Amino acid sequence: MPMIGNAQIKLLERLCNASAVSGDEGEVRQIVLYEIKGHADEVKVDALGNVLATKRARRSDNVSTSLSESPLRVMLSAHMDEVGFMLAADEGEGIFRFETVGGVDVRQLPGKAVIVGKEHLPGVIGARPIHLVKDEELKNKIPLENLRIDLGPGSTQVKPGERATFATRFQRTGPSVIAKALDNRLGIATLIELVRHAPPDIDLLAAFTVQEEVGLRGAKVAAYAFDPACAIVIDATPANDLPTWDSEENTAYNTKLGLGPAIYVADGGMLSDPRLVRHLMATAEAEAIPYQLRQPGGGGTDAGAIHKQREGIPSVSISVPHRYSHTAASVARLEDWKNTLALLHAALRRITPELLARERV
Amino acid sequence: MSDIQPFLKELLSVPGLSGYEAPAAKIIAEKWRPLVHEINTSKLGSLHGLRRGTGKESRPSVMIAAHMDAIGLMVSGIVEGGFLRVTAIGGMDGRVLPGQPVTVHTTSTGNREDLPGVVVQPPAHLLPPEVGSNPVPLEYLLVDVGLPPRKVDELIHVGDPVSFAQPPLELTGETLAGHNVDNRASVAALTACLEELQCRPHVWDVWAVATVQEETSLIGAYTSSYQLRPQIAIVVDTSWAKGPGASDWNTFPLGKGPTIMRGPNIHPALHKAFKELAERLEIPHAVEITPLHTGTDAFATQVTAEGIPSVALGIPIRYMHTPVEVVAIKDIQRAGRLMAEFIAGLQPDFMEKLSWDE
Repeated sequence: MPMIGNAQIKLLERLCNASAVSGDEGEVRQIVLYEIKGHADEVKVDALGNVLATKRARRSDNVSTSLSESPLRVMLSAHMDEVGFMLAADEGEGIFRFETVGGVDVRQLPGKAVIVGKEHLPGVIGARPIHLVKDEELKNKIPLENLRIDLGPGSTQVKPGERATFATRFQRTGPSVIAKALDNRLGIATLIELVRHAPPDIDLLAAFTVQEEVGLRGAKVAAYAFDPACAIVIDATPANDLPTWDSEENTAYNTKLGLGPAIYVADGGMLSDPRLVRHLMATAEAEAIPYQLRQPGGGGTDAGAIHKQREGIPSVSISVPHRYSHTAASVARLEDWKNTLALLHAALRRITPELLARERV
Repeated sequence: MSDIQPFLKELLSVPGLSGYEAPAAKIIAEKWRPLVHEINTSKLGSLHGLRRGTGKESRPSVMIAAHMDAIGLMVSGIVEGGFLRVTAIGGMDGRVLPGQPVTVHTTSTGNREDLPGVVVQPPAHLLPPEVGSNPVPLEYLLVDVGLPPRKVDELIHVGDPVSFAQPPLELTGETLAGHNVDNRASVAALTACLEELQCRPHVWDVWAVATVQEETSLIGAYTSSYQLRPQIAIVVDTSWAKGPGASDWNTFPLGKGPTIMRGPNIHPALHKAFKELAERLEIPHAVEITPLHTGTDAFATQVTAEGIPSVALGIPIRYMHTPVEVVAIKDIQRAGRLMAEFIAGLQPDFMEKLSWDE
């Protein structure tokens, strides 16, 4: 049985502190390759940089499923990349214009520390001193074209093209963790544990994907390559469970922190396979694992690309709820992560080919 | 002169919101103790260090002052779900707050306890419709400390100070970034001056003062200059450096020396003396024109008691009043040396020759 203990939290810390902006996932990929080494039957890095790991079923005689059937091929997918920045133009003296990569709210950028390139060189995104800002300017957001990454006047080695991300360091507080890139290092850490503790009766096809934040591009080719019978995507979804400004009921919270893993029924990219949704819910009920249904709505996961691949792949997503996605500092509850891992492992132990043989209702 | 960078880095690592300067004062006192003959704390928490001069008893004294307090936030309410509302302490551009890691300082257990948190910009659909994609006003921002509501109620109270959690960063070109470079950089300059004076005899007494509550009211400067009653006050504070977002006439290049301020807050003879000294010693510097309030403790020292001739030096920093202010170490060292040279040159009869002639 996989568990979340200090070793797993340490791993999550390393994953969150790593820099892996879409298109430059190497640092997380190295951690993944190291952590799953010796735990999979086959591991490869594909043409886009996805890590594709296969852990085949280990059939024993006392397995009740029919031996004539080949094991169910279940794809599990989690994206390695995070939103961030790419240095666009060198303005001299260590000052760079930059562009955002992935969905970043420009209002989250002024006054932030960043790390640049593979060496994590420190830099800052400053802002005009408040003393020089006119009152009417305060009503407008500071546009991206007015922001710069400043590495200090002695910088010579950095060139346009380097990636940058928030410099926030992982920390624990009470029942929570605060870190950048919890979307989707929570999913990566979960998938690593599932590869290490793969249930015996399925072919587990683990895809650690690239470029989710810029259009689900890694998942598209990973699903083609694996050609699975079904897919479960592991991601992190926003918990917008905040009070409203006027104390009215918050009716659009997406998910809530502390209520357990969020199962997707419908999002901006797809409708989940109802058989897989029910399987996850039934597993949670049977194993007394807390869960919640993500409010149907926008947003999406790698499942949006996977379910359309080849002849169609029945898919579902399950996410760890977390607050303040795509900002310098997100907040998640360790308990939600533990329950996500527990639910996934139980669901994989209980899944059978018969589930997908049923009518899709 | 020893390297001042490690000391500044240490100073940038501790909080010290206006009115809550004790963590900074402790580190400064430790650093100053071997550099001064006497050290004490004012009733409001300003730190006073005395270096006695070589002149005859009832020596004149010069005060070198820099404020040690920093801007920040304060808890103004606790709302449903264990979220905090906050208000600003000091001049704050609310647009640098969303997503900012912070530390909430509580004392509910009797000791100071630091809780990590983050400033939250709620999604548009939870805010008044007119906010849309515009900057979210401070009144609608929240702080999340990641604790259950029950725990928040137990630990946190309205009025608890909240500081930025940004640790200091070493950028290239011997620069440091941090959230309270304004004005710990100037405290480092005073320290550099005290170090220089260890081997430079000076006739006058020197009061090194780390003042409190500059960002809110200059109250530390008013009260310490009254208490110590120096003949001259030299104030060091930060000035605006040129850089992204700031190229105005009153901005100065980073790393090209301190500014010497000139305007009604500044005694013209002291301005002239500093300017001539900097030129003679070939210390890079700029003249900063301050037609009104200098925005420094010199505004207070000038009108304390019978009036104290005051002069102000500025250390240019980028991104002032954000959590990532940037300073060049050599500007700090230059300001320190300039002050030490001035102090070493002060003769017993200096005041007799001082007159306000622009």
